[in-house]
Amino acid sequence: MTPDIEPLEQAPPQEVRQAQEARLHTAWNPPTGWRYFSEVNNSAVGMWYTALTVAFLVFGGVLALLMRIQLAVPGNTFLEPDTYNQVFTVHGSVMMFLVAIPLFEAISILFLPAFLGTRELPFPRLSAYGLWAFLIGGVFLCGSILFGAAPNGGWFMYPPLTSRYEPGIGADMWLLGFSFIEVAAIAASVELIVGVLKSRPVGMRINLIPLYAWYVLVAAAMVLFAFPSLIAGSLLLELERAFDWPFFDPTRGGDPLLWQHLFWLFGHPEVYIIFLPSVALVAMMVPTFARTPIVGYEWIVLSAIGTGFLSFGLWVHHMFTTGLPGISLALFSAASMAVAIPTGVQIFCFLGTLLVGRVVRSVPLLFVFGGLATFVIGGLTGVMVAMAPFDFQAHDTFFVVAHLHTVLIGGTLFPFFAASYYYFPLATGYALSDRLGRICFWLVFIGFQVTFMPMHVSGLLGMPRRVFTYPSDPNLNLLNLTSTVGAFVLAAGFAVFLWDVLRPKRKQGHSPRNPWGSGTLEWLPELPAKPWGLRSIPEIDSRYPIWEQENFERDVDEGRFFLPDAEELKREMLVSSVIDARPEQCLRISGPTYVPLVAAIFTGGVFIFPTFKMWAWMAVSAVLALGAILYWLWTATALIPEKDEKYIGHGVSVPLYRSGPSSVGWWAMLITMLADVSAFAAVVFGYFFYWTLRPEFPPGGIAGPGTLWPAVALALLLTAWGLTFAARRWNATDQATFFYMAIAAGAALALGGAASLLAGPWTHHMMPSQHVYPATVWVLVAWTALHAVVGVVMQLYCGARRWAGRMSAKHDIDIWNTTLYWHFVALMAVVTVVVVAVFPRLR
Amino acid sequence: MDIIPTAVDEPRQSLWAVTAGPAIWAGHFLSTYIAAAVWCGNAGLHARFGSATVVFAAVTALALAAVAWVAWRGWTIYNHGEAVPSHHKDTPEDRHRFLGLATLLLAVLSAVSILYTVVAVAMLRGCS
Repeated sequence: MTPDIEPLEQAPPQEVRQAQEARLHTAWNPPTGWRYFSEVNNSAVGMWYTALTVAFLVFGGVLALLMRIQLAVPGNTFLEPDTYNQVFTVHGSVMMFLVAIPLFEAISILFLPAFLGTRELPFPRLSAYGLWAFLIGGVFLCGSILFGAAPNGGWFMYPPLTSRYEPGIGADMWLLGFSFIEVAAIAASVELIVGVLKSRPVGMRINLIPLYAWYVLVAAAMVLFAFPSLIAGSLLLELERAFDWPFFDPTRGGDPLLWQHLFWLFGHPEVYIIFLPSVALVAMMVPTFARTPIVGYEWIVLSAIGTGFLSFGLWVHHMFTTGLPGISLALFSAASMAVAIPTGVQIFCFLGTLLVGRVVRSVPLLFVFGGLATFVIGGLTGVMVAMAPFDFQAHDTFFVVAHLHTVLIGGTLFPFFAASYYYFPLATGYALSDRLGRICFWLVFIGFQVTFMPMHVSGLLGMPRRVFTYPSDPNLNLLNLTSTVGAFVLAAGFAVFLWDVLRPKRKQGHSPRNPWGSGTLEWLPELPAKPWGLRSIPEIDSRYPIWEQENFERDVDEGRFFLPDAEELKREMLVSSVIDARPEQCLRISGPTYVPLVAAIFTGGVFIFPTFKMWAWMAVSAVLALGAILYWLWTATALIPEKDEKYIGHGVSVPLYRSGPSSVGWWAMLITMLADVSAFAAVVFGYFFYWTLRPEFPPGGIAGPGTLWPAVALALLLTAWGLTFAARRWNATDQATFFYMAIAAGAALALGGAASLLAGPWTHHMMPSQHVYPATVWVLVAWTALHAVVGVVMQLYCGARRWAGRMSAKHDIDIWNTTLYWHFVALMAVVTVVVVAVFPRLR
Repeated sequence: MDIIPTAVDEPRQSLWAVTAGPAIWAGHFLSTYIAAAVWCGNAGLHARFGSATVVFAAVTALALAAVAWVAWRGWTIYNHGEAVPSHHKDTPEDRHRFLGLATLLLAVLSAVSILYTVVAVAMLRGCS
């Protein structure tokens, strides 16, 4: 892309521009009436997603107030003890799973295209699917408390409490419901990663991308490695609850600590998955109000990536009191302190930027300052509890409650408020009130400190968390009453915010364009934003193009840059290269449809029916979900375009169809499979957890799966993998007969491989409920067998696509992605067979 | 084998190189943790590391050497050409130097984090 591209010297004539706008309008206009909910465009989906998250935030907040009422005075009878247990469990779970994580995804889906100067993210239907999955799962979980059936074992669900002493459906709801929501979160991560890497405007090299994109890239990548561990853990715990497979039962070789490892391997990175995207918002706001570019861009990138890695080395600091060897505690204590370095670096960069610039006062900046101060306090108490000896004292007391709320609210909620005031005009076209914003800030800030500061002290005085009452003691009484008063002040601040958001604003008129005078791309659209977002896709020369590129708004508005038209009346976006953002493809993306909603409903059934042990319904739901997803893929993905290339302006033509590593679908498959393999790795970790720590694993009297069937399975699955690979080659060389034969043989061998995998433990009469060893073997082989069966569906799908003329030698996205999937199946097959067949012999 | 490219053209660049330092930290941290956990699981909660200390030292030396190499490569890339910080221009040189600096900074952070791990082992020299 040398030499540099400049905007057109002359704007196209008025009538041309009007015709272009009319076509863009046809392509991008959202449907009206009820059909509005079939929209999949990021602006609509992101808006609903954010609104839904805020609704869950209100729900979780009300639960918190109920707890504070209960604890206002000693011996209170406002809540029954069991209700109190449900309330704190649901409060914690809702705030973590239905607020903190989705909030980052919602905001990213809403604004990431604007940050990147693109019209849309590459997989709009996937975003919509994630949204509907989130809605269904969230309402299911929150609704349970109204029937007194909610989970009540704490938000981290420790067995054996949750495996043996909770007969109701609460824990099942938690395990299945949140697994469902985690799947939705992984879907969003796929969208965001591909979005950041492949959807940038021309010229936006990797050194120019907005800091928000860096943070989101890191956070989304963390989701891929953190969430699968919890999905695997939930699977094991649910198997124990539903079928008595004793993963966490020490009397049959299991170990409850495995749950804690799997949970916190998710749980600690999760804190940073929440925090990074929030601090990313701060990184976008600070330069605007300092009127100067960010200081230390590279250092902030260091901060984001460094934190992303180090945060995976902290999980054991939640387990300091479980009796692990001192050296383990020391290692994790050290890592917990090391993570303070990158976390601190970015804060110094923000302060440096504010010092260098001329600071303009504003409501968002108030929240930024309030948030940074609060977060630093929470960070310092974090270093305190990172020291094991201190943690022994503070563990499970209100000190920890105070610490975690200070970190999360300072690190996430304050930036969210700041961003709400900052970005509201961009999302809706109307500004929020400055006066109400100030009132809201002071109520929230003071209310927060008054609520949580005293909890540090009540914790140090020995007040345990998660107990519905406390004995009367002058100190505790006063501290708790103060916290309760503070909580209501905080809630009042939130009410002011909600009123400001919901109040009618037509009279005040639309916000001016770029109201804060920012330099970054997201403020480029006219307000209220047009359905197509940007009139033309700009060429970028700077991190602050609005400040530094001359006549930038005019050139974009007059269509002087790329893709100023939608000649075929289709929604289109540019796909670019990862490092230098060279345009590689003009991607057609799908428009309004109910398919994601239907698919989400049936997928929801797969997770919700097992809660009530309705297995037949679950099976029906699974078949329907598969049908919906296949319909979705068949009708809307890898469509063969009517021409090969499309002219996007400035002498550049790019392909309309690309397959293999140049296609976004291939990347999405790769990213999904990374998450899938991490879940598999978590299950394998379970096997080795028992294997290394228990001399009686595998136990004497229980047969293993032998070597014959696993070896047969491996041979069959690897051949199926090879045939898939060959099918891709034969498709590319247009040898149709060979292609169909390879597909058919591959599918048959894969089914045989899956059956042989299961035959190992089956023929040796391994009973999963007898001991943890057979249970673990069964989980591993079933996992891999299931993947092989899914692989068969994909192989047959490719065969059908070619048969129907929807795949050809040149247009071969489907078989490329299927082959990529099979690489991972082959990997899992090798690992599974080595683990179940070889390792028992090494004992 | 050129894991971290030096020329400025795009096909020779990779984002993975930036994460090499932290990946080495992760490898070192995990192997130290697993080795300690297995050792203490078998030898008891109060065992000393004794001869196993050599293993920790070797793994650490290896990790630090690898990180130093990554840092040096980052430094060479960062020193390439005439571009000046803060690398905010739309040129291959600026992008190149940016990637070099990011690699270098992350390698330094990783080295510090590895030393944190070492301190924990050196202080205890045993399971507790």
